[in-house]
Amino acid sequence: MSSVAFALITILTLAAALAAATLQNLMHATLSFAVTLVGVAALFFLLGAEFVGLVLVFVYVGAVAVLIVFTILLTRRDLGKDRGANFWGAVLAVGLFGGLTWAILKTPSVAIVAPHIRALTVKRIGEALMTGYVWPLQCVGLLLTAALIGALVLVMEEKR
Amino acid sequence: MTPTLQVFLIVSAALFSAGLIAALSRRHAIFILIGIEMMLAAANLNFIAFWHFNPKPQAPTGVMIAIFSIAIAAAEAAVGLALVIAVYRHYRTTSVDHLDQLKG
Amino acid sequence: MSKSIDQIFVDAKHWLLSWLTAAPGWVVQIASSLISIFALLAVFLTLFALMSVLERKILGRMQNRYGPNRVGPFGLLQPVADGIKMLIKEDIVPARADKMVHFLAPIVIAAAAILALGIIPYGRNMTPFTIDGGILFFFAVGSTTELAVFMAGWGSNNKFSMLGAMRAIAQMISYELPLIITVLPVVMVVGSLTPDRIVAAQAGYTLGIVPRWFVFTPWGATAFLLFFVSGLVESNRTPFDVPEGESEIVAGHMTEYSGFKYATFFMAEYIGMFAITGLAATLFLGGWHSPVHALEFIPSYIWFFAKLSVLLFVYIWLRGTLPRTRVDQIMNFAWKFILPMSFTCVIAAAVWHYAGRGLRGWLWSLFVIIFVYAALSILLDTRRKFAPRVYRFAE
Repeated sequence: MSSVAFALITILTLAAALAAATLQNLMHATLSFAVTLVGVAALFFLLGAEFVGLVLVFVYVGAVAVLIVFTILLTRRDLGKDRGANFWGAVLAVGLFGGLTWAILKTPSVAIVAPHIRALTVKRIGEALMTGYVWPLQCVGLLLTAALIGALVLVMEEKR
Repeated sequence: MTPTLQVFLIVSAALFSAGLIAALSRRHAIFILIGIEMMLAAANLNFIAFWHFNPKPQAPTGVMIAIFSIAIAAAEAAVGLALVIAVYRHYRTTSVDHLDQLKG
Repeated sequence: MSKSIDQIFVDAKHWLLSWLTAAPGWVVQIASSLISIFALLAVFLTLFALMSVLERKILGRMQNRYGPNRVGPFGLLQPVADGIKMLIKEDIVPARADKMVHFLAPIVIAAAAILALGIIPYGRNMTPFTIDGGILFFFAVGSTTELAVFMAGWGSNNKFSMLGAMRAIAQMISYELPLIITVLPVVMVVGSLTPDRIVAAQAGYTLGIVPRWFVFTPWGATAFLLFFVSGLVESNRTPFDVPEGESEIVAGHMTEYSGFKYATFFMAEYIGMFAITGLAATLFLGGWHSPVHALEFIPSYIWFFAKLSVLLFVYIWLRGTLPRTRVDQIMNFAWKFILPMSFTCVIAAAVWHYAGRGLRGWLWSLFVIIFVYAALSILLDTRRKFAPRVYRFAE
């Protein structure tokens, strides 16, 4: 694993995440959010989970970001009104980050280097999904169907 | 020097905090959804990192949980955004500060 | 002899890399990637230039005129002239545009289109980048295009741009589903998401004559047709060019782009077209395998590009013959016909597999497809819908 690539991807991801959290323009924030997720997917690639990285890009950039963008368009009249952020939320988040970092640095058991592992092929993921994880897989399918119908019902025109 | 598990956990914590800033400090409902999605991505990063640094790396549990959590996050985003649109139709606003009454 | 010609580009790359034997591993890796990238760009940008002039010439012939024939021999230097014209045009950015997004959109769209080319096997041992989930990579990168189109529409701050982008995204989302589901039967039968494996699974000949390409099975033929139509929509070509229909909304999301940025959009559209036809050839038409056993001495990459050219010619041919469809027709077609048919392909492939992959499976899967097709035609009442339209004018 190349540490140069890791540093570059991390800086890009975190900068985009901060931009997504703080930019005033909703559209810019959404695009930064998409960049953040591409960065996270790149980190997954570095960690040897290529399949999950590809799924992440596919689902988030291809579907969720486009959904968000469509929602912004449909609620466009409200765009300019997001003025003034809640200051205490940011303070709490920074405090949490400090606490988490302190805890991570104080735990010796996580300061380990990766063991040499066999790459996880798509074939193995597929076999695992179809054998040991088939019950959660079906549940997720049911959940997605329910979400599809629920979202449709929610946005249907109200009868007057 | 290769990155250790610690570094990945700190990156994930930073991503989670950025999501928390968006979720706690913004008033626009879509920002809050973006924040939640970023926190979920940070959690996924943790799962994958712990899987990668596992001393017994044969079990693909971390990867499986990440895949399922991505699917669930997608469902959550779809329903959440549908809710935003429904609320906007009703109140003509997407700012969560104005949605403070139970009356429909 | 024929083997060395077949591997000439692979050998050339190895020869170039042999200069770097003393360098550390990562330098060799980066150099190898760079060589592949430059080769890809050189080949496909040349193909883009060639395609743009050939398309105009073929369209011209179809419409009883000559097409470009002034610049160079047979007008072949026309793309150079076009390129120079595009480069020296003024780059106009609307005053109220979202400058950053407006600037980034063409870059993202071109990058996505070029990245998608990286996983296609162009010949024996000639896949630029072998990724375990190559097909998924193709679609993951391709889905970025939607966001880029949206960026172009939003960034321009123009009604036509926004309308065009909305139309483009609506039809791209609708057809991405069948595009992916028609790939599923191939992935199921091969048992791999790697393009190299998919091509390898189509080697050999049944009875020594018919190549074992997936297009020669009933489910493969259906999936190929559906994939081709969906690809046509994804690349926003006529008859599905609603997003940039000149007579309705100027140029859709590209309205506010001029000069080199417009050229970039144009290039991305063509490169996306090459990528999707390349994937169609890989998945269904046997990739770089030759159709006849006796012609296997011809290098593999020539076969690949021959298949690519045939598919691209069909693209041009359709553009020259079909009128533009309406938005509601496109959507109805996607959700009511193409999507059920692509699910049927998955089932038919399973039937084919479990009936022994022989003649019996062939007939059974044909039966499944014909049954669903007939049921769909009755259910959708196509005879009434596609009857000649009666126009009623205001009296």
